[in-house]
Amino acid sequence: MSALHELAGQAQGMANDVFGPTWGPNVYTFGQALATIVVVLVPLLLTVLYYQLVERWVIGWIQVRRGPNRVGWKGVLQPIADAIKLLMKEQMIPSGASKALFLLAPIVSVAPALAAWSIVPFAPGWVISNADAAILLMLAMTSMGVYGVIIAGWASNSKYAFIGAMRAAAQMVSYEIAMGFAIVGALMAGGSMNLSEIVARQDTGMGFIGWFWLPLLPLFLVHYIAGLAETNRAPFDVAEGESEIVAGFHVEYSGMMFAVFFLAEYANMILVSSISALIFWGGWLSPLDFGPLRGSWIAAPSILWLLAKIAFFMFAFLWIRATFPRYRYDQIMRLGWKVFIPVTLAWIVVVGVLMMDPFRTWPVVRIWFGQ
Amino acid sequence: MAFKDIFSGLMLSELFKGLSLTGRHLFKRKITVMYPEEKTPMSPRFRGLHALRRYPNGEERCIACKLCEAVCPALAITIESEQREDGTRRTTRYDVDLVKCIFCGFCEESCPVDSIVETHILEYHGESRGDLIYTKPMLLAVGDKYEPMLAAARAQDAAFR
Repeated sequence: MSALHELAGQAQGMANDVFGPTWGPNVYTFGQALATIVVVLVPLLLTVLYYQLVERWVIGWIQVRRGPNRVGWKGVLQPIADAIKLLMKEQMIPSGASKALFLLAPIVSVAPALAAWSIVPFAPGWVISNADAAILLMLAMTSMGVYGVIIAGWASNSKYAFIGAMRAAAQMVSYEIAMGFAIVGALMAGGSMNLSEIVARQDTGMGFIGWFWLPLLPLFLVHYIAGLAETNRAPFDVAEGESEIVAGFHVEYSGMMFAVFFLAEYANMILVSSISALIFWGGWLSPLDFGPLRGSWIAAPSILWLLAKIAFFMFAFLWIRATFPRYRYDQIMRLGWKVFIPVTLAWIVVVGVLMMDPFRTWPVVRIWFGQ
Repeated sequence: MAFKDIFSGLMLSELFKGLSLTGRHLFKRKITVMYPEEKTPMSPRFRGLHALRRYPNGEERCIACKLCEAVCPALAITIESEQREDGTRRTTRYDVDLVKCIFCGFCEESCPVDSIVETHILEYHGESRGDLIYTKPMLLAVGDKYEPMLAAARAQDAAFR
């Protein structure tokens, strides 16, 4: 870390020398922001690339197949081959499409998916923007994603794309409410909208018992399942519905433009996994941080714990996809409006009551709300 | 009863049952056959690419009776014949159109002299139109090349015919 600080100091000095004392600090701030963005986004994009290989492996293994294992050692170069294939492909724009909107849609779809990563902390202080309204920003960014879907479906001038976009839009809007309420419960328990502070509040000295997943279990389940619906993943992937509407809103897209939609979807999946890990599962805190283990190396908070938690939730996405059949559309709407929203509302009341004064010092409740 | 249903529904018990089943399948031994390296066993009655056989003395078996041409449901076989100098009837043309052929094996069954047969070869291809119309010399060449394989398969299946 000290070497990094030294490097930053040198860069600051260099910026001051080259651009003068008025512009130097601004240039340095800009360069620093750019560098942190690169440091976050490059591993993210590599993860997206390999996430879809792991997806094909896991689903293959669950179906007692082997999955892709031909390109490179055990198939590890498969995503590279896929990327090259998509790059080489022709970008087709249907003659009836609205050209400007058609080209805009992938950008509108991917930009919020990547922008939301600006508020995700990876360890204490390791965050692009330690915003106090981080959760609000995240909700705002993920709800922007629906515009990409609608624009894509509308601009394609194709019936299938349009049906897919309508389905996706209705579904994402409905589940956003439940997801928002689930997060409201977490930020009530955390007492902050800053993700780093919510994680800090879960450091109760009880290891994994002290994290918010236990008092907020219904909210966690709703958050994760709504996350599946929000990213249009199985079993809520009627927006893709390959057996009826081919591929949904991105039927007419080919080559890299298709890949950009793909990237947005997977970046959103990883984002949902990280938010789950951060607000319900203690982020970078160690699950073994209790009793006699406290203070030992295994109880130390580390980015590795966070990455392991995110990896588990990412794996669960694939596991769920390989397990459950697709919901019927009216069932999706029923689940969202008639089950998730009442459950979250009821549990927000329960959390609110438990945080009130006589209850928050009660024996078990004290663990989470006693501070 | 209704309360129990609601409770187990809220605890997602059936969903977790399903997840545990697929979770166990994740670690099962995979049954994929890695095709070019591994192949599945093949019956001696497998019907692949056609061949025309010869007798051990090198004389071609086919006597141009045209039973195969008559029985072929896809009309894939075309035969023309004439009398040879030694007075026997022989084919001058024996074409099998593999694009039309449905690999039913009727030609092989109808042949009184076991001349037209189907080999175990399934990995063949054509690169231009007409490549998959096999003519008499091509069929005889296939037969000459794979005679040991053909004889072995027929010997193996003889007990059941």
